[in-house]
Amino acid sequence: MNPLLNALLVVVLVLNLFALGTSRLVTVIKIVSLQGVLLGLMPLLLEEDIAMPVILTSTVTLALKGIVIPVMMLRAMRDVQIKREMEPLIGFLPSMLLGALATGLALLFAKALPLADEHTTQLLVPAALATIFVGFILLTTRAKAITQIMGYLVLENGIYIFGMLLIGVMPMVIELGVLLDLFVAIFVICIMVNHINQAFSSLDTRKLSELKE
Amino acid sequence: MINLLIHLILLLLMPPLLLGIINKTKALFAGRKGPPVLQVYYDLIKLAQRDVVISDVTTWIFTAAPIITLVGVVMASLLVPLGSFSAPVSFTGDLILFAYLLSIGRFFTTMAALDTGCALEGMGAAREVTFSCLSEPALFFAFLVLAKMSGTLMLGDLLHAPLIAGTQSTAASMVLLAIGLFILLLAENSRIPVDDPNTHLELTMIHEVMVLDHSGPLLGIVLYGAAIKLFLFSAILLHILFPFQTGSAPLDWALFIVEMLFVAVCVGVVESIMARLQMRHVPYLLIAAILFCSFGFVLLVR
Repeated sequence: MNPLLNALLVVVLVLNLFALGTSRLVTVIKIVSLQGVLLGLMPLLLEEDIAMPVILTSTVTLALKGIVIPVMMLRAMRDVQIKREMEPLIGFLPSMLLGALATGLALLFAKALPLADEHTTQLLVPAALATIFVGFILLTTRAKAITQIMGYLVLENGIYIFGMLLIGVMPMVIELGVLLDLFVAIFVICIMVNHINQAFSSLDTRKLSELKE
Repeated sequence: MINLLIHLILLLLMPPLLLGIINKTKALFAGRKGPPVLQVYYDLIKLAQRDVVISDVTTWIFTAAPIITLVGVVMASLLVPLGSFSAPVSFTGDLILFAYLLSIGRFFTTMAALDTGCALEGMGAAREVTFSCLSEPALFFAFLVLAKMSGTLMLGDLLHAPLIAGTQSTAASMVLLAIGLFILLLAENSRIPVDDPNTHLELTMIHEVMVLDHSGPLLGIVLYGAAIKLFLFSAILLHILFPFQTGSAPLDWALFIVEMLFVAVCVGVVESIMARLQMRHVPYLLIAAILFCSFGFVLLVR
């Protein structure tokens, strides 16, 4: 297996922790976009013979996760004029430590799983689990809608890494279909974010639960 | 023998050049011409010719501290191999000595700062000690990873572990280690984002505020010692970043010098594109460094 793959996955894990530790929305968006670029490179490293479908998956991932979605997010951020996540449910340092703990547990857990032999030396499974968990933390502990979208994206990145295990046998149509769904979902959420902002003049999702007759 | 000589010459003469390169890089980023690359040498010569002004309230510690710090750092750098060559001094367990030679320098610098009785210097000393509580575990975790890889406790062999093991099996933990050690390099040498070497506001400084009362040759010694420390940490980082050797000694030395300058440029770039962190955020960065190094260990023993 390509030793570079593990190095890339480790960088993805490091980016997870940075995403948890920063309060600036721009930084989070940049981190997730960099993660997207790294994920886009992964299919090229995994496959021995680089065929057309692999290149296509790789380019579409790169373009969507690395460029289109981050640009959309930056736009949404500019429209609603928010720069920072102010009051997370769990602070930045504790959530970073929680993420680190999750990564450690994911490594231990993946060791206990009955994986195929060629997957035991790779970090694909633990990286996927850790990224999914970090996505959950971002999604549940942050109050601003934009950061929650970023959490959703990180979560999806984790699932994408898991999908890398099957890249040889999974039809490319499914992979591209998932990416398209993701794109549409982000599109819809961005519109929603704008509406929430207009209706409440704030993006704090806790205000949504205050709706009462 | 000849390699030992080159080691000593590089160790004693090259460090101020690194500072010059960093300053030049920062100047280029800011669109300025900047001071000449050799400016730090001129500064050191200038300081050596000045008189010393010593406050009445200080004791011998104030005078001795810069010298002890310098000696500690130079002795520590004799334990570290440069590039693919072996270190001049090497024995089992010398990594502990290495860490504590650096610590003794730090101890005396903070003592001298407290000795002056200046409130600002006391604040600087408190910060330095607080942050070193976090940077030392990071250093030891990094050594732990390398010790696990090489199966030895000799700093000389331990730092050559990535060279021997190759990049194949350990690339993942080496990436983590390199990030952790780079943060450590910035923190230990009081560079941005931890501390700003150019700042002149006493309330926000760490290292510079502790040496405010030193003057003349003593200040020169402090400056020189700090430069050697930067050289030392860059040399350690290079073992992780570029575990290559060409096979012929002159080429290896040239390669080492080029890599060293590259690290200096990297530090300059980081200083140009980043702002200094708020003081209360610095521990986060150092905890991140500890996490990186410890995850490197987890990945290795997995």
